[in-house]
Amino acid sequence: MSLSRRTFFKAMGATAVALSVGKELKAGPEPEGEATEFNGMLYDMAMCRGCHGCEYDCAYAHELPEPDIPKEPPFRKTDETRNTVVNKYETSKGKVFVKTQCMHCNQPACDAACLTQAMHKTEEGPVIWREDKCMGCRYCMISCPFDIPKFEYKSTNPRIIKCDMCFTLQQQGEIPACAYNCPSGALMFGKRRELIAEARKRINDNPEKYVDHIYGEHEAGGTSWLYLSPVPFEELGFNTHIQTSSYPGLTKGFISSIAPVDILLPALLLGVYEATKTRTQTEEEE
Amino acid sequence: MNKLVQPLYLDNQENKTWKFILNELKPKGKIFSPFNIISFPVIVTGLIIMYIRFTQGIGSVTNLSQDIPWGLWIGFDVVTGVAFAGGAYVLVFMVNILNLKQYKPILRVTVLNGFLAYLFYSGALLLDLGRPLKIVNVIIGNNFGVSSVLFLVGWHFLLYMLALLLEFSPAIAEWLNAKKLRKVLSGLTMGAVIFGITLSVLHQSGIGALYLMAKDKIHPLWYSEYLPLLFVVSSIFAGISLVIMEGSISQRVFAHQLDKDSHKTHDNILVGLAKICAAGMFAYLALLVIVFVHGKDWQYLSSPMGSWYLLEVIGFVLIPMGLFYYSYRRRKVGLIKMASIITLLGIMLNRMNISIICFKWDAAERYVPSWQEFVVTLTIIFIEIWVFRWIVRRMPVLRKSPEWVRGDH
Repeated sequence: MSLSRRTFFKAMGATAVALSVGKELKAGPEPEGEATEFNGMLYDMAMCRGCHGCEYDCAYAHELPEPDIPKEPPFRKTDETRNTVVNKYETSKGKVFVKTQCMHCNQPACDAACLTQAMHKTEEGPVIWREDKCMGCRYCMISCPFDIPKFEYKSTNPRIIKCDMCFTLQQQGEIPACAYNCPSGALMFGKRRELIAEARKRINDNPEKYVDHIYGEHEAGGTSWLYLSPVPFEELGFNTHIQTSSYPGLTKGFISSIAPVDILLPALLLGVYEATKTRTQTEEEE
Repeated sequence: MNKLVQPLYLDNQENKTWKFILNELKPKGKIFSPFNIISFPVIVTGLIIMYIRFTQGIGSVTNLSQDIPWGLWIGFDVVTGVAFAGGAYVLVFMVNILNLKQYKPILRVTVLNGFLAYLFYSGALLLDLGRPLKIVNVIIGNNFGVSSVLFLVGWHFLLYMLALLLEFSPAIAEWLNAKKLRKVLSGLTMGAVIFGITLSVLHQSGIGALYLMAKDKIHPLWYSEYLPLLFVVSSIFAGISLVIMEGSISQRVFAHQLDKDSHKTHDNILVGLAKICAAGMFAYLALLVIVFVHGKDWQYLSSPMGSWYLLEVIGFVLIPMGLFYYSYRRRKVGLIKMASIITLLGIMLNRMNISIICFKWDAAERYVPSWQEFVVTLTIIFIEIWVFRWIVRRMPVLRKSPEWVRGDH
C-alpha cells in the first residue's frame, strides 16, 4: 500500500479535471428576463371565453390524440396525451377560464436538472425536449415547480410530453398554433419584453378590470408565459407562494462546492494518512 | 526447442486457471437451504416482472404517475440503498487513512458489500429509466448536462464503483493465486481509497441535493437547503449500522470460515462502531435542531405531519443514539445490534419520507407501490445476497488471506 507523490498528483489532476469540467451553472439567460429577447406569450384571462379551440389546435400541431371535451368539462390536468388544458373557475367575478401549459421559465429547473441536455432552453425562449438525448429518468418532473413534463408510462420507448411553444413553427417564422387561431384574442405572441409592456398598459388602462399583477413576470425567476387576471391569482389555483428567484439557483451552492471538495479533500486525506502512519509502516516503505 | 517451452508452460497455466474458475462456478453450499427456498421463487417472479416492464413499459408494473415520477425503485433501492452502502467509505477511511488496525478484519467484507450494493442499485436505476439505452449519452460525453446534480451523482457513482472494485481486487487476485497481479492491484489501493472517500462524500450529499429543486413539493419539515449535508452525515451511521447488522449475520452464517478468536475481536469491533454511531447521530441531531429552528417550522409540529416528523427524529434518531451510547459504555453487544436495526429503519423512514411519503404530501392521490415494485426490489436484494455468498465462499473475504500474501505486506 504505497503511493508516490507523483502518482498521487497525477491521479488527483485527472480526477479534478474529470469531475470539475464546467461545474458552474450555465450563465444562460440574464436573471432579468427583459434584458434578453425571449419570445413569449401573453394570456389575458379577462378575454378568454373558454372555447377550448387552442386545445384542438395544439393537439393537431403536435400530432397528439384529438381532445374529447364534454360540454361541461370537469377539472382536467395536462397529461401524456395533451400539452394544454383550459379549465373553468367560478370566482368572485364570475366564470374565469385558465389555460395551463409549460411556462417556459427564463431559467428552467428542468433544463438544469437534465443530465443529457434533452430539456433545453432555446435562445428564442421556448423550452424544448429532444428525443434523441433523453434517457427517461424523469428528474425534470421532480424538479419542475409547475409539474409540467409528463411521461408516457405505457410506452416501451416513452417520451416526455410538454408544450414546446411550437418551436418548429417559430423557426419557420410562424407563431404558435394556439395563439394563431385564438378567436377572442386572449393569446398574444411576441417578444417577452414587449408583452410585459403591453400587459402593464392593459392594467393601467383598465385598473378595475385586472388585478395589478403579471403572473410570470417574476415567478420562478421570470417565465416566457405571462398571465393577466381579472381576479386574484389565488382564486384560480395558481401557486402564488412560488419563489421569485430561479429554481436552478437552489442547487448552485451545492454544484459550485463540488470542485473544491474534489480537489481539497484528497489532499487532506493524504495529509491525515501520512500523519497517522505508524513507524513500522514507514520503515517498511523505506 | 527452448523457445517453445515458454508458451507451452503459459498455456498450461492458463488451462489450469480456467479449470479452476469453472470448478469454482459450481455451487458450494446446500442447495435446499431455507434462504434458497424462499428467495428462488421471488427471483423468478421478479425476473418475469422485469421482462414485462421492458416489453410493456414502466406503467404496466408500477403505480408511478404523472404526479409521482419516482417511486420505490428510486426511493428505496437508490436513495436508501446508497445510504446503507455508506459503511464502505467510512470503514476505509478508518482503516486506511486513520490507520485504526482493529477494524481491518471487517474491511474486506464491507468493501465487497459496498461494491455489490452499488452494482445492484445502478441495475435498479436502469430498470427505472424509460429509455435506458440512452444512458450512454451521459457517459460518452456528447451531451453532458454539467449543471445537473443528477449528472454529478451519476459520474461520482460510476467512478466510485471502480474505486471499490480496485479496493476489493486484491482479494480476487488472492483467490486466483495471481501473485504479481495482486502486487500491482494493491499498489493502486491507496489511490482508490483517497478518491473513493472523496467521491462518496460528494455523491452521498448529491443524493440529498437531487431534491433541492423540489422545494415546493417536499413537506417543509423535511425540506431544507441543508439536505446534502444531512444526507452525508446520516450516511455515516446508516452505513455503520448496516456493517454491524450484516457482520452479525455473517458471523453466524459463515462461522466455519472464521478462527476462534475472531468472535471476541468482532465484539470489540462492534463496541467501537457503536461509539462512532452515537457520535455521528449526535452531530446529525444537532444539525436537525439547527435546521428546524432556522426554518421556523414550529407551526407544523402540531399537524399530523409534525407527529410523523417527531416520530422519525425521536423514535429513530434520538432513541437509537441513546441505545448506542448506553451499549458501548456497558459493552452490551445485543443492544448494539438492536440499536443498529432501529437506526436502519430510521434511515429508511427518513429517505422514504423525503422521496415518497412527504413528497407531495398534500396531493389528493397517494402513491402506494404496486406488489410488482416490491417483488422487483426484493429480487434485487436476493440476487445481491446470492452473489455475495458466492464470493465469500470462494475468496478470502472473511477468512484470512493465503499464506503467500502475509509475507508480502
